[in-house]
Amino acid sequence: MKYVSLVLISHSEEIVNGLKKLLNQVQPDVNIAVAGGNDGEIGTNAFRIKEAIESVFSENGVVILFDLGSALMNAELAIEMLEKTDRIAIADAPLVEGAYIAAVEAGLGKSLDEVVRACEQAKQMVKVARSEAE
Amino acid sequence: MAFGVEQAKRWISIANDHIQQQKQYLTELDQAIGDGDHGLNMARGFQEVVEKIASANYEDLGSLFKDISMTLIAKVGGASGPLYGTAFLKMSLALAGKKEADDKELIAALEAALDGIKARGKANVGEKTMVDVWEPIMEFLREKGSIQAKEAALLAKEKMEHTKDLEAKKGRAAYLGKRSIGHIDPGSASSYLLFAALAEALEG
Repeated sequence: MKYVSLVLISHSEEIVNGLKKLLNQVQPDVNIAVAGGNDGEIGTNAFRIKEAIESVFSENGVVILFDLGSALMNAELAIEMLEKTDRIAIADAPLVEGAYIAAVEAGLGKSLDEVVRACEQAKQMVKVARSEAE
Repeated sequence: MAFGVEQAKRWISIANDHIQQQKQYLTELDQAIGDGDHGLNMARGFQEVVEKIASANYEDLGSLFKDISMTLIAKVGGASGPLYGTAFLKMSLALAGKKEADDKELIAALEAALDGIKARGKANVGEKTMVDVWEPIMEFLREKGSIQAKEAALLAKEKMEHTKDLEAKKGRAAYLGKRSIGHIDPGSASSYLLFAALAEALEG
């Protein structure tokens, strides 16, 4: 694996499956694993997140993106359960936009730190340019 | 006070009874200010825990609490899975190799559980979370130096009710801001049930 890998976590399985599909279309060379839902229901699961990380782990590193609060707690718990934890980073970024940027940057061969920094910029991204008058 | 594997199993079993009975209530609390899954998640998780530990033999408290922790992490989902899972994981580390815990050791283990909850949820007192029940109880037990479980359970109830007055700063309820005031925090309610169950388990 040449590139930084991504792990996408959501309370909904459909959200991350759909997002992965979208990202694969943009950048098919980056490895992406998903951990969505909990036993087919809405929720997140630390064991499932751990498996997702392991499935795409390489020395290039893994960036984790998540949707809401408890996903973060389970991601942190999953990382603590792993033996090697130094090449895994949780990005503080909106899931869809952040993952999109991460996939593009990872596909350009950027380092783990660069991918994390780039996708965290998604928080400042202007999606609708409003004129001064509004 | 003797707190061995049998007492610990009884604690969790009674806690499960309370959670099953209060499933609807916990869900209603969570529907008011969260995502409405707390009762279901806790009921599913603790039912699994009770089934898992009922048939197994445990040499020490550490291995029992480890199983409880792993089952909650695997089955609960929502915020309460990693929070209670971490709490019991910290207890299992604190009680590793111990067949029985004396008061001081059990207090130290509960203290470790609270530290785990705070670190995992990055929450402090006053933010309308389970910490608003756990922290004052641990202050009380630390001060007493013995497991006064009945008094602790009464205090837990009072502190749970006090979360009504607080504005949520953590979790899904924080999105509501001031509108979260006037509702009991679901995590503080399930934490109260845990401490009430501990008091009952140690009485009998």
